[in-house]
Parts: sequence; structure tokens; C-alpha cells
Amino acid sequence: MSNTLQAPVRARDDMPWWLIFGAWLVASTSTLGALFFGEVMNLPTCVLCWYQRIFMFPLVLVLPIGMFPLDRKVVRFALPLAALGWLFAAFHVLLVAGVIPEDIRPCTQGVPCSEQVIEWFGFVTIPLLSLAAFSAIIALLVLAYLRDSK
Amino acid sequence: MKKEVLFVVVAVGLFVVFLFGTMAYKGEQKVRSAQVAERSRENLVRMHSPTLGRDDAPVVIVEFLDPACGTCREFYPLVKQMMAANPDRIRLVLRYAPFHDGSEQVVAVLEAARRQGKFWPALEALLARQAEWVLDHKPQVALVWKHLEGLGLNLEQLRADMAAPQTARVIAQDLDDARILNVTKTPEFFVNGRPLPSFGYDQLKELVDKALASARR
Repeated sequence: MSNTLQAPVRARDDMPWWLIFGAWLVASTSTLGALFFGEVMNLPTCVLCWYQRIFMFPLVLVLPIGMFPLDRKVVRFALPLAALGWLFAAFHVLLVAGVIPEDIRPCTQGVPCSEQVIEWFGFVTIPLLSLAAFSAIIALLVLAYLRDSK
Repeated sequence: MKKEVLFVVVAVGLFVVFLFGTMAYKGEQKVRSAQVAERSRENLVRMHSPTLGRDDAPVVIVEFLDPACGTCREFYPLVKQMMAANPDRIRLVLRYAPFHDGSEQVVAVLEAARRQGKFWPALEALLARQAEWVLDHKPQVALVWKHLEGLGLNLEQLRADMAAPQTARVIAQDLDDARILNVTKTPEFFVNGRPLPSFGYDQLKELVDKALASARR
């Protein structure tokens, strides 16, 4: 009897876990993807890419700590990382698009950040992938937090 | 499925995909670079390329070198040791790969020295004192001159040759060949036309030993 009563409640409580799990999936895929580009394909890693990595890689470890057992507070730790990473990714996308002038780009001579090493389907670049990943992570984490705070 | 199990399965799955992707990519890369080298034999050695060792040596090492590159400096004596250990059996052909900003001028110095028959002493002098003219990864051509003293170079002629269009052509040709052969890092070695499977002294040694052994047969 208690099972039938608990089942719907548990299903609703589960939602934040799945959202955080989704964010972790995105972060892990991005991390492995970045390592594949950098270490396997030997594509040059520019300074802005490194900053985005700095904010992406820790999520792979931080998020699971909040999943076992489920702890909504993990969103508070993960969100600042994702938000800063998002800012760097957005800056990078604008730089590649040419919206931000070359003068203020914080790059070393070796690897210009405005150089596009990959372009799939004519518009998908690595910075764009990064921006999409950070956006998805932020959305999932915010959803998880809002659901949980009810 | 329990969440813990699901999580572990997914994590391991992602990792396995990564490993398989890596192996597939590396395998394809190896095949491709061997094909490129095979197809581009004429890009390996040019008439102007400085060479060391007998013309009929059975093993030819082609090295793409940037005089400002620290790893090139470290590998140079190692290659010389291999040559010394196998007298008359190894020929070294150097190609210019000025990938550092400002290296091109230093390469022009070397190319001009080559025309006076002083390429190798000039290269060795510059490599030995690399730290004194490459500051913070930036080669400074103004600082190389004092290291070339005592080599008996005609400096006036050298400066003229540096600016000669032929020198620019030689460097452009070498950079072009580097691009065609997929040389993106220095030093890069080709042993009897075959690229290193991956970068490292042991890989180079193995390739050279294999070439020496098959030449002996």
C-alpha cells in the first residue's frame, strides 16, 4: 500500500536527479570532445578554449557528487562555473563571428582564437559547440533547482 | 535500472566510445600520413637541401628543422650520434621549417651561409647557443651574428644573399613541402620516405635501425 502512495511522489522527486544527470552527460561529452580535439586530433588549444575547459572539466566531477545521494545544493556549486564558462564561450563566439574587434582579443601569438579549425555544416564551430553545451547545462541546472525548491 | 548502475554504465560507455574513437582516428591518421609521404616523394628532398653524409648511403633521414626550436636542438646531437655509430650508412637531409615567428630570418642566415659552404658549422653554432638568441620563444636575428664569428663567413655577401629572392624562394619551397607532407611540428623526421609512427627518439631510432637492417640484407 505504501508503495502505491509513494510511487508518484518519488517520480516527481526524481526529476531533479534526471536533470542533473542530463547536465552531467553534456559536461562529460564536452570534456571528452575537447580532449579528443586537443589530444587526439592535435588541434591547437587557444587561450579562450583553455578558460572554457577550466569551467567545463570540474562539472564532470562536481555534478555526480550531488547525484549520489541527490543534493540540490550541487546546483549552487555548479552554476557559477557554468555561468563563467558560458561568458567565455559567448565572448569566443562573438570573436570568431567578427563582432568583437581583433584588438581586444586576449590571445598569444601562437594560436589566434579567431582562427576556426573546424566548421561543420557551414556554421558549427568549436566555440559554438561550447556555448551550446554551457547553455544546456545552465538550463538543466536551473530547472533542477527550481523543481527542487518547491 | 538503479541510478548508480545507470551512471556507471553511461560513464564507462562514454569512455569506451572515446577510446575507440581515438584508436580509429590514430589508425586512420597513420595510414594517411604514410600514403601522403609515399605520394609526395619529390617533396622530401630538393636540390638546394643541405645534406650530410655520403650520397649513396642506404638510409636517408629527412629532417624538417626550425633553428629556434628547442626540441630540434636536443635531437640534433642524437641524430649525429646515430650517423657516427653507422659511418657512411646514413645521410641526413635538412629542410627548413621556420614555424616560430621570426625564425624565417634566421633560416635566411643559414641559407646564405649554405651558399658559402658553411651551412653545417653555422647551424651547429646557432643551435649550441640557441638560448642566447631565442628569447622567450622569439628568435632575434639581430642576436645571431656574434655566434657566427670565427666561421670565416663573408658577412657582406651573407647579408646580400639573405635578401636575395632566391633565398625567399628556397624557404617558401620548403614551407610548401612541409605543408604537403603534413609537417606541422618540428622536428619532423622521414626515414627513407617513411614518417615516424609517433613522435619520439625511440620511434626514430627504431625506424632507422629497421632501415639499416633491411639495407644490410
